[in-house]
Amino acid sequence: MLVLPALIGLAFLVLPLLGLLVRAPWSTLGTRLARPEILDALRLSLLSATLATLLCLLVGVPLAWVLARVDFPGRRLVRALVTVPLVLPPVVGGVALLLALGRNGLVGRWLDRWFGLTLPFTTAGVVLAEAFVALPFLVISVEGAVRAADLRYEDAAATLGASRWTTFRRVTLPLIAPGVGAGAVLCWARALGEFGATITFAGNFPGRTQTMPLAVYLALENDPQAAIVLSLVLLAVSVVVLAGLRGRWVL
Amino acid sequence: MGVVIDAHLVVRRGAFTLDLALTAAPGEVVALLGPNGAGKTTALRALAGLTPLSEGHLHVDGEPWHDRPAERRAVGVVFQDLLLFPHLSALENVAFGPRCQGVRRREARRLAAEWLDRVGLADQAARRPRTLSGGQAQRVALARALAVRPRLLLLDEPLSALDAHTRLTVRAGLRRHLAAFDGVAVLVTHDALDAMALADRLVVIEDGAVVQEGTPAHVARHPRTDYVARLVGLNLYRGTARGHSVALPGDTVTFNAAEALDGEVFLAFPPSAVALFRTRPDGSPRNLWEATVGGIEPHADQIRIHLEGPVPAAADVTPAALAELRLTEGDRVWAAVKAAETHAYPA
Repeated sequence: MLVLPALIGLAFLVLPLLGLLVRAPWSTLGTRLARPEILDALRLSLLSATLATLLCLLVGVPLAWVLARVDFPGRRLVRALVTVPLVLPPVVGGVALLLALGRNGLVGRWLDRWFGLTLPFTTAGVVLAEAFVALPFLVISVEGAVRAADLRYEDAAATLGASRWTTFRRVTLPLIAPGVGAGAVLCWARALGEFGATITFAGNFPGRTQTMPLAVYLALENDPQAAIVLSLVLLAVSVVVLAGLRGRWVL
Repeated sequence: MGVVIDAHLVVRRGAFTLDLALTAAPGEVVALLGPNGAGKTTALRALAGLTPLSEGHLHVDGEPWHDRPAERRAVGVVFQDLLLFPHLSALENVAFGPRCQGVRRREARRLAAEWLDRVGLADQAARRPRTLSGGQAQRVALARALAVRPRLLLLDEPLSALDAHTRLTVRAGLRRHLAAFDGVAVLVTHDALDAMALADRLVVIEDGAVVQEGTPAHVARHPRTDYVARLVGLNLYRGTARGHSVALPGDTVTFNAAEALDGEVFLAFPPSAVALFRTRPDGSPRNLWEATVGGIEPHADQIRIHLEGPVPAAADVTPAALAELRLTEGDRVWAAVKAAETHAYPA
């Protein structure tokens, strides 16, 4: 009873990937891959996804720790807010980012006036858009790890004279490392594939804001063969990352 | 030597209240002994600064400790589950405390190596905790606690996780380290043997309050509650003494005791002092009562018989004696105790 739908489900996931492999222009793959615009897009994608992940780690781990450990009024509301980008259409996220950080946005206006800082349609904007969409993946994963970590190790550290910061750095963080690692991988993968928020907030400028997914979309209109090649590259990167981390972290 | 610890610990948690006065001199090993849920671990956590006091005080070397957080108290704690950091090697676990005290890395590692050597684990320094045996992990935990040079060493059921054989060797090692330790050691345990073997003084707590205090030898001979009596393996009763004669409540039985006293007394005798008979033995009616056999179980190389009735008691007989008596549960027997083995002391 269950085998048939299971097989259909599996086919549904695998067939499109198979299509990608079958229709790929294997004979011209080499020359196409070496084209500068593809290399540019790939470099920008890897760079911005990595920076976005670092940004998420920097603010997401403390946020997850606070959500897991500090009991403050409105904690449930904050947790709900953190997960909003998960369910929000990315394009809406991009619009929201424009309204907040755009030239005339709530905060962007002052960034522009005081620091001459303009975020939309820049590489920094790409990083921000990706981080906005990917942050919940990291926070949820890390929060779970912090909740599961044995508090008594922190007691032990305190009796050995460790301050709260030392305890966090030398005891809590290593204990939750697998959760942080898994969260970072999910976060990075989500950032790498980000499309909607990026194109809305950062635009589609080759070399500056045109990441791989954007390049794929653009290529689909005027050079479908190139779109397939780009897609293959994204697929390969994802598989390599997943395979490399499998077994080391629970995924 | 002056008092190094002067504590009055009050911790309220829901319906439970721990109210414990504790003093100890330098070098003294105090065992907090009590049944599960008596508040032993709460007392230990309060001493360590991990559980705040609701009331009371804690002075160590004359300094107030009660308003200091755990990280600013000179304590070393061996936790019941040891809580060795799983991501650090044995050496790094021991070096953790000195590092937190501001000792430089190289020096901290040297100190840690020294401590590991002292507990006989110099060759296990690089091992992760989960690859160590129970006894080894226990010794690393002790080294880690001692490496911070604590004034107060706290041990929570230090031997409970070990198997019987390891326990013996670790207990002997622990005894040596406690003897060499110049601060105060407070040991929490529910095991009478551990307490007797390791402590200079026992403090027995039940339901959050002290019920008895004294040297192990004194407590072992003069239990004052049923819990302590069970722990030290004595039958214990309360009665009224007039000279050598002690009457139990309701005048059920009158005992002849070795000591002459007057007024309310405790009366204690070991199960091995009880002799059982199928028929009423001749002679004095003193120290003699009729009982029902409630349970029979092996106890070391003896057989322990639980007697029910007005004077509930445990009696130890040899397997041969049991075979001769042909006792089974529900049988009626006569029990007798020699006056010389029956001790009375003021209640």
